[in-house]
Amino acid sequence: MDIPYQTEPRKDTGLFNAKLGIWLFLASEVMLFGALFSSYILLRVGAAPGDWPHGLLNIPLGTINTIVLIVSSITVVMAWASLKMKDFAAFRRYQTVTLVCALGFLGIKSYEYNDKFSHYEIQLKDGRVADGHLKETTATEYVLHHAHYVNKAEAAKVTHAYQEREIKHEEITVKKEDVKYMENYGPWHSTYLAIYFTLTGLHALHVIGGALVIAFLWGPGAVMWKTDPERYTNRIEVSGLFWHFVDLVWIFLFPVLYLL
Amino acid sequence: MSTQASSHALPHIGAHDSHHEELGFLRKYVFSTDHKTIGIQYGITSLLFLLFGFSLMMMMRWSIARPGEPLPLVGGLLEKILGDVAAKGVISADLYNEFGAMHGTIMVFLGVVPLAFAAFGNYVVPLQIGAIDMAFPRINMASYHVYLMGGIIMLVSFFVPGGAAQAGWTSYSPLATTIQTNGQVFLLTGLVFLITSSLLGAVNFLATIIQLRAPGMTWMRLPFFVWAQFVTGFLLLLAFPPLEAAGIMQLMDKLAHTSFFLPTGLSVAGGHISGGGNPLLWQHLFWFLGHPEVYVLILPAMGIVAEVIANNTRKPIWGYKSLVYSSLVIGFVSFIVWAHHMYMTGMGTKISTFFQTTTMIISIPSVIILTCMFLSLWGGSIRFNVPMLFALAFLPMFGIGGLTGLPLGFNFSDLHLHDTYYVIAHFHYVVAPGTIFALFAGIYYWYPKMTGRFMSEFWGKVHFVGSIFFMNMVFMPMFAQGLSGMLRRMADGGINYSAAKVPGAIGGLTDNIIWLNQFVSVAAIGLGLAQIPFIINFFWSIKHGKEITSDNPWDATTLEWQTPTPPPHGNFVKPIAVYRGPYEYSVPGQKTDFTPQNQA
Repeated sequence: MDIPYQTEPRKDTGLFNAKLGIWLFLASEVMLFGALFSSYILLRVGAAPGDWPHGLLNIPLGTINTIVLIVSSITVVMAWASLKMKDFAAFRRYQTVTLVCALGFLGIKSYEYNDKFSHYEIQLKDGRVADGHLKETTATEYVLHHAHYVNKAEAAKVTHAYQEREIKHEEITVKKEDVKYMENYGPWHSTYLAIYFTLTGLHALHVIGGALVIAFLWGPGAVMWKTDPERYTNRIEVSGLFWHFVDLVWIFLFPVLYLL
Repeated sequence: MSTQASSHALPHIGAHDSHHEELGFLRKYVFSTDHKTIGIQYGITSLLFLLFGFSLMMMMRWSIARPGEPLPLVGGLLEKILGDVAAKGVISADLYNEFGAMHGTIMVFLGVVPLAFAAFGNYVVPLQIGAIDMAFPRINMASYHVYLMGGIIMLVSFFVPGGAAQAGWTSYSPLATTIQTNGQVFLLTGLVFLITSSLLGAVNFLATIIQLRAPGMTWMRLPFFVWAQFVTGFLLLLAFPPLEAAGIMQLMDKLAHTSFFLPTGLSVAGGHISGGGNPLLWQHLFWFLGHPEVYVLILPAMGIVAEVIANNTRKPIWGYKSLVYSSLVIGFVSFIVWAHHMYMTGMGTKISTFFQTTTMIISIPSVIILTCMFLSLWGGSIRFNVPMLFALAFLPMFGIGGLTGLPLGFNFSDLHLHDTYYVIAHFHYVVAPGTIFALFAGIYYWYPKMTGRFMSEFWGKVHFVGSIFFMNMVFMPMFAQGLSGMLRRMADGGINYSAAKVPGAIGGLTDNIIWLNQFVSVAAIGLGLAQIPFIINFFWSIKHGKEITSDNPWDATTLEWQTPTPPPHGNFVKPIAVYRGPYEYSVPGQKTDFTPQNQA
């Protein structure tokens, strides 16, 4: 006994079950990310002047990641098209590229995360605030490189990323005994970083999930190509639709978090 | 494409399915992929959760009526299990808050929704559309197990240090974030599981209804129950994710010390926060789910009532198309009414006006549905069996619940009624004697299909009379209490606001109003006792109920009755096709007063 329309499309809807299923699932995903994007907007318009940082993220790296994901989206389609043309070897080649892209994306992302976690704001007892990347910690000192002393009035004037780049940065050494409070640029540091880590973290989970499915279908799941090639091709199509969605989310994330 | 689809032939099911290979106990009852077994799993689990949630409320009622007095019978046990929060068997304010938060959460997310949508939907929908199973049986199984895990996480939270969540089922921030216990973390984690489960369920139901309808089962031949489940599926699919997003953000606030919902200047014990967050954001995201959720609760109930009424009046449901279109309108509009829960937050009068308007608009399709059902009774030769009694009681009870909602939907009258017992009475009338009565109707109605035996008619009537009497005794006085200004969420039942205690204070509660606490609590005990016949009846009738004499004991038209009893794996003994609408009762010229949908 088989459930109908697992492989062949139903005539009046033109869809096989799993394809409808993934579209419905993606509709739900749109609402999930939609809610987070809406939260981003609300937090941003509600932020006090100067509180919303600009130019905090590495735009070239973000651009590379965008390209990486777009390339992977193309190879996913090519992989599916190869299966449609019964070329299993080409399918495997394309999906290998997809998986390498997924790993590359996650690698760059984790480098960026690490960069944020080593970035410190140090409030000094004399009221000044030093801000930069912790290079080394000695017994009595913190050494920050690419650092500067924050000027609240000037920070409030920064509304674009390029203005941030014009601020002069240097190496700063801070005595431990002068430190009142220090905190790195984790999600706890500001609502911007909170939504940045939440959005990109959730997106990264989606990348991992999608990559696992694609890897499974590349490896052990591929036995179905021998037993039921049509259904196997459908599975590739469905996993590809999910992958495109993951890609699409990033296309929104990149400008919203890096550029605006 | 195979010939099967191109010729629009029937799904290949055959007699061989009825003597399917024997599965082991685990595969048959625990890891089953059969929609009927999963439906029953959902049903039993959610009924147990309903009972548990109800007993939490009984203990809260004691605290309200007799604040500071030890709980009789179970007080000692409670102290043993939960420790200091129940010292000497007295329900402390903290424990009251835990019970309150968990009562709401359990009743909504673990009780009513899984029973109305997942249990009945799983058992009945594939049968009613003539499908052999759900579109994704294994996802269906996963959905139940994820639901169960979510439920267990919720239950475990009572036993972690500090106890369960205390910030109400609405989990408003900053309160939910700043309470220094871990209950909220468990609640949110459980919620993420439940949302995942309902997402899997919703995708599955929608795909099943769209893809697996039997040949001839066109959209306008679907039983109304299927339509109701269809709209509900979309609500779950699209309204739950924002709550998941909100839950993730609140978890971040709790665990990663972010400030999504914590405003600048808020001082938090034991920690530095960045501030800059927005407490209203939580409320918006929560109620964006919260209001569609109301229709998730009520639409399947309306579906069940429509089935039972059509069957027992022996005539077609009046205004089938109006019902269908009304439920679709409800589905759409329910996404733009959420902020009527937030009139008192200071979000602004213009926004309030918008949501007040949409709220009034959404009452129209609800009234159309109720009116259609009342009109369906006209001229019918009504059989007053137990399912029909519950279905009939649903109509005025839901009517009271709905109409008392109007003063809450207007922001000027909400100013007075907000957060009072009036609100509790209002939504309980919708959900308790409303939805839950409809669910009882559904249980009594489909029980013979699941077991091959009727539940006892006599004890069913005892259950019905007791339930409807005590239900009204419980909730009707709350309207009076609320109108007098008695607020919710007070462990001592408002004793500190009594006029006798603070003479001359404006807005003090009179002794009569406070006395009603005792009246309601006694009635709640009565309501609990009235459920005992049901529980016994439910289990006793599996083996000892009156046996059915045909597969279609209610002489019904819909497809679930055109199967063997109980339906085998694969449901139908021979391929099924549909030739007519769902409610062809008393059609002139036919031999019987019902014409099944699959009769050519």
